[in-house]
Amino acid sequence: MSAEAISENRAKSDFWQGVRLSVPIVVASAPFALLFGTIAVDNGFSVLEAFLMSAMVFGGASQMVGIELFGQHVAPWLIVLSIFAVNFRHVLYSAGIGRRIAHWPLVQQAIGYFVLTDPQFAMAERKAEAGETVGFAWYMGLGLPVYVFWVVESALGAVFGKLIPDTHALGIDFLLPIYFLGLVMGFRKRPLWLPVVVASAAASIIAYKTVGSPWHVSIGAVAGVLLAVILPPHHSGVETRR
Amino acid sequence: MSTTLWIIIAGAIATYLTRVGGHLVISRFENIHPRVEAGLNAVPAAVLTTLVAPAALGAGPAEWAALIVAALVSLRGGLMTMFLAGAAVLILARQFVG
Repeated sequence: MSAEAISENRAKSDFWQGVRLSVPIVVASAPFALLFGTIAVDNGFSVLEAFLMSAMVFGGASQMVGIELFGQHVAPWLIVLSIFAVNFRHVLYSAGIGRRIAHWPLVQQAIGYFVLTDPQFAMAERKAEAGETVGFAWYMGLGLPVYVFWVVESALGAVFGKLIPDTHALGIDFLLPIYFLGLVMGFRKRPLWLPVVVASAAASIIAYKTVGSPWHVSIGAVAGVLLAVILPPHHSGVETRR
Repeated sequence: MSTTLWIIIAGAIATYLTRVGGHLVISRFENIHPRVEAGLNAVPAAVLTTLVAPAALGAGPAEWAALIVAALVSLRGGLMTMFLAGAAVLILARQFVG
């Protein structure tokens, strides 16, 4: 066998190893893709628009936030800014993963960053920390199924969401706050989590009552972040890692 | 082109910038100031909380029950488990209190 054929076989098996690891991520994200499609249509998106948003943004929480604000008739630039704010955590993933994939050709890196979701980052970091090389074939084997299923299921959710007669009885209008609460709880091991959440909750409620929607999102978020910046570093648990 | 389409395209560009930007910008610095890092760490919880708190305040008993059960379940279970538990409580409670 030539060296080329060997490396091609190697890439194939790496790809399928990635695909196997993607299965739990695909299963776990399926309900959210369907939910996104359903709520998108409920909030005034067409099926095509729901499909396009999943295909182009590919970030679950930020898509939910965008849809929620779209339904509240918030100004377009604020919706985009909110999507940016929710996705801002990716900056940290991006900074972390950069050194793992720096050996890829530029086009592959550009594609790799597009599919850099929370689970994608977690799995790639785990592989790198185990001392293994993060290859493009393996990385895409992991990321591609997640992407394809996310987009297809979003469209399915949008198509079938139109068929649901009574969205109130099924609680669809209040599913997003529950989902967002779950995401908030998921960060509870982080330093300063409770003070940040309390500050953001209080500020957003006050802003909601006084300034009004949609400013409560920005004002509440800034209050929480500022608190984390102002508190002495030994509370935030970051100085030890310098 | 429709406004919705513009929102989607701009949202997609903004998202891609966050995914490639950390590598392009942050990796140029040797150290990130601890206070900046603390602020960045706080971003997701701060943003997401603002989407729960006012909605919870303006809701009724059915929604409160759902949020409380979901929060309790999330201490042990994963995101999906807590979400399903919250949704189940919400649907059930709405049968009684509307």
